[in-house]
Amino acid sequence: MNEYIRIEKLRKTFKTDRVCLEVLKGVDLKIEKGDVCGIIGFSGAGKSTLARCVNRLEEPDSGKVFIGDVDITSLAKRDLNIERRKIGMIFQTFNLFESMTVKRNIAYPLEIQGVAKARVKERVDGLLELVGIKEKGKAYPAQLSGGQKQRVGIARALANDPNVLLSDEATSALDPQTTLSVLELLKEINQKLGLTILLITHELEVIKYACKSMAILEDGVIAERGGVDEIFSNPNSAAGRIFLKVYQDMRRNPSYSGGEGI
Amino acid sequence: MSLLNTPFWEVFLASFDPAAWKSLVPAIWETLYMVGITCVITLVGGVILGLILTVTNTFGLLPIVWLNRSLSAVVNCLRSLPQMIMIILMIPVARMILGKAYGVNACIIALAASCIPMFARLVESSLLEIEKGKVDAAKAMGSSSFQIIFRIMIPETLPSLIRGFTVAIIAVISMTALAGNFGAGGIGDIAVRFGFQRFQHEVLFAAVYVLVALVQLVQFAGDAASKILLKKRHLI
Repeated sequence: MNEYIRIEKLRKTFKTDRVCLEVLKGVDLKIEKGDVCGIIGFSGAGKSTLARCVNRLEEPDSGKVFIGDVDITSLAKRDLNIERRKIGMIFQTFNLFESMTVKRNIAYPLEIQGVAKARVKERVDGLLELVGIKEKGKAYPAQLSGGQKQRVGIARALANDPNVLLSDEATSALDPQTTLSVLELLKEINQKLGLTILLITHELEVIKYACKSMAILEDGVIAERGGVDEIFSNPNSAAGRIFLKVYQDMRRNPSYSGGEGI
Repeated sequence: MSLLNTPFWEVFLASFDPAAWKSLVPAIWETLYMVGITCVITLVGGVILGLILTVTNTFGLLPIVWLNRSLSAVVNCLRSLPQMIMIILMIPVARMILGKAYGVNACIIALAASCIPMFARLVESSLLEIEKGKVDAAKAMGSSSFQIIFRIMIPETLPSLIRGFTVAIIAVISMTALAGNFGAGGIGDIAVRFGFQRFQHEVLFAAVYVLVALVQLVQFAGDAASKILLKKRHLI
């Protein structure tokens, strides 16, 4: 086994004035290099928190995250910033910078490292081509459709040639057709660039379509982990069975999911 | 010419007479000088103070709670003083710094002390408007806090910052007119001395025209600048 991302006993509790919400209760997860690992769970199961702990947008309370040999959880801020460049991330709300054109959005991660202008330009053009929005380079994010915005988000996340891509509900705000094309792009990137993708979603269809392996997060722990086909044919956890049942119901009744039944 | 013994219409006409403007015109330059300098000081001071207030708060980029609380308390104290009291309060300060407590430069100290905290709060509220996701995205790409502030937070909220600054300039103009009463010179001084103490109401009218025109101009410029930016970004 070539384990690339290792998450060990990860715990995270959100404290507000009155309530303590224990979101992650000791998550253990290993992901191989080049894998597309889908993580599914109900709302509030802690999926996003888990992804955000991998690049420490959330600081875990305890536990470890390793990427390759690097212990992400013990890095000082400066080293963390350098390591973060090798971890791309895309978001449900795209989070593009509205003050910048598409090109400058994609160039931003390179510009902050002081990469030479000519190289930035070359890289940006290549990325625009890769994600298939070559003609939109001079547009502002507000001029783009949801799918195009996410393509910019993906290009921006790839600018630094990362080893890992975190996708935090990246297709949840998109219609089924666009979801399909964005997932297609992610699969293509996975194959072409060999980067490891951690894909957070609440839709089993997304996992079925795009992932090689999957994990079910239930109540702050990994309830089930395995290959996609394996879990689809024989779910062992309660959450797994519920997801599968809803998924099968939807397939039988395509009108549920907007007709296409992706 | 006073409204007490002259019909309104005649005073109104007289307010366009060059005689009414003779003492006013130099005062306009004084006012513009005061407003100009104060705005620059307010802009720099307000942006710095507003940035510190934003990034040091509990959910900010660099949470330093004690600094945030104490600065916030200072800002609130300064803001709770009515502008007139601030002007009086700053008289000894101006004497200490400049050696005299009257005149255009002395008044700038009081104006800045009153307007910086006000603008800082406007800057703070603009900066807090930014979607958290944009900051997350910038962080995820390995930006330093400095880069997040100057490459993301300020540019992203610039249209709103410009509108806030417009409000601040107008506050400076109105406070400048008030400061005229306390030996600062400028349009306010003329309006009080001629229009109030000498009953030359045509001069008062003329002063009002200038103030209205000035505020309109600033508001128009501010709106236009903010709108141009939003249009460029296709946000309107």
